[in-house]
Amino acid sequence: MIGEYMYRIKRRKSNLKRAAQYLALLPFLVFAFFPFYWMVITSLKYNQELYNLASNPFTITTGITFEHYIYLFKKTEFLVWFKNTFIVALVPTFIALVFSIPAGYALARLKFRWSALISTGIFTLYLMPPTLLFLPLSKFVNNLGLTNHLGSLIITFPTFMIPYCILMLSSYFRTIPAEIEDMALIDGCTHVQMLYKIVLPISKPGVITSSFFSFILAWDNLIYPVTFISNSSRKTISSGVLTELIRGDVYFWGSLMAGAVVSSIPIIVAFVFLMDNYVKGLTAGSIK
Amino acid sequence: MKFNNALSRVMTNQEKLAYKLIAPAILVLLLIVGYPFVMGIYLSMTDATIGTSSTFNGLANFIWLAQSRLFQTALENSLIFTLISVVIKFLLGLPLALLLNLNLKPKKLIRGIILLPWVIPTVLSATAWKWIYDPTYSVFNWLLLNAGLIDEKILWLGSPWMAKISVILVNIWKGTPFFAINIMAGLMTIPKELYEAAKTDGANSITCFYKITLPMLKPVLAFVILFSTVMTIGDFNIVYVISKGGPINSTHLLPTLAYQIGLITGNLGRGAATALFIFPVLLVVVYLQQRISKNKNDW
Repeated sequence: MIGEYMYRIKRRKSNLKRAAQYLALLPFLVFAFFPFYWMVITSLKYNQELYNLASNPFTITTGITFEHYIYLFKKTEFLVWFKNTFIVALVPTFIALVFSIPAGYALARLKFRWSALISTGIFTLYLMPPTLLFLPLSKFVNNLGLTNHLGSLIITFPTFMIPYCILMLSSYFRTIPAEIEDMALIDGCTHVQMLYKIVLPISKPGVITSSFFSFILAWDNLIYPVTFISNSSRKTISSGVLTELIRGDVYFWGSLMAGAVVSSIPIIVAFVFLMDNYVKGLTAGSIK
Repeated sequence: MKFNNALSRVMTNQEKLAYKLIAPAILVLLLIVGYPFVMGIYLSMTDATIGTSSTFNGLANFIWLAQSRLFQTALENSLIFTLISVVIKFLLGLPLALLLNLNLKPKKLIRGIILLPWVIPTVLSATAWKWIYDPTYSVFNWLLLNAGLIDEKILWLGSPWMAKISVILVNIWKGTPFFAINIMAGLMTIPKELYEAAKTDGANSITCFYKITLPMLKPVLAFVILFSTVMTIGDFNIVYVISKGGPINSTHLLPTLAYQIGLITGNLGRGAATALFIFPVLLVVVYLQQRISKNKNDW
């Protein structure tokens, strides 16, 4: 009897504790999520309601509308920007992987005299903000005749993608048991064969995660497109939305938010699938 | 002797292979980062403007910058933004990491929502924040007015100080998940035995936190703080979207100022010189990070 009573008290206590923990977490969740809620709800409101100070801004009272989305797709070059963004995110990511996989492997596994120095150099570039060199890069791009071309972004995005991929891939390669590689070497594989036939297939999660990171870096880059590209049909989402949906002081809030929602979707979908790997990648710099 | 020879042959083969594997990446980086970097240093010592040929003018741009009020503001802002946002991101990120580490259900959904600000491209989320700060339709004002806490609207981006605070808030919103997730990963690397041993010695949870958790988290904390310092100082997206450096040029950071001087005003030389000031910060951060990861315990 007494035992059961004690047990109940204990359980009530732990329930209370749980509740307190959820309660403590709640403000963080609200803070993190609120701007997205705001994006979505704004994009679905009629302008009359959106610009009516008397109405409660947290809900939609006069019905949902897709007019902002229709405006975005029909009256702006949003689809072109979307396609451009995909191109300038995918192609440089691929280029970055081609260079980063062998380099990452060398840094992870092979002993050579300059490895410490090269690691430090890569780490420096990994931390280097893309804003440091945008002006000389604009000259560089101009000298190559690529101003106003997607090519300007395709050759400049690897400046930050390659260091990112090298760092993440080499930290992934280090987690692969060395025995697997020794076995392959004993079986007569060369190092290069082993890298592509054995190490790379097991490293798929690492490759996918670094691709995802470098994809996001491209998706989020604003300074290069606003610096190199002024032609609307060559813009990316970030530069296009900001320059074509804001005219002087007039902001097309409904369509701006619709644009933000639509262009967040691919990232969110990928994120849902890759979350566990994403967390590992995010901590690659701090946990060694 | 024979063994030594064989060993040295293996080593040299391995070295050769290493250089073969790494050389393409290094060469590309030299071309697209190294060469522009040298070009940037040269540009910063010329009077280059858009569309005209340039002449060397030594340190004139740097002297101009040193005397420019605009540049001083950008440096001050770098310091203020970094200090305030790092402190708050730490104060929010640590408890958040402890909460996440409890693995409350639904674990994936909770982590997903917490990470959203970090994952979503800043340009898009900052645009949402710009709308949240709208002078007429700000939802914050609606809340505060209806709660009776204020009598008239706050202009979130109207005065230099309010604008600075508003920009910092977005930075905090964006960066807290990064702090929290890294600290959480750090928490998971602390061996449970340490806490058990401490408990048997009669330590309470507060003592454990100060004597075990915090010291063990030092390397992770150092990394996130250094990382977010560089990110804050090198930020273009948030400031550009939220305030464009205004009002009265009060929220500029080095990148937005470089953009304004270099491209809007068209003075490439001075713009390049402005952006180059990010570099020493980067070097200091890398140096500190290297030192910390070398001797994790005594710093």
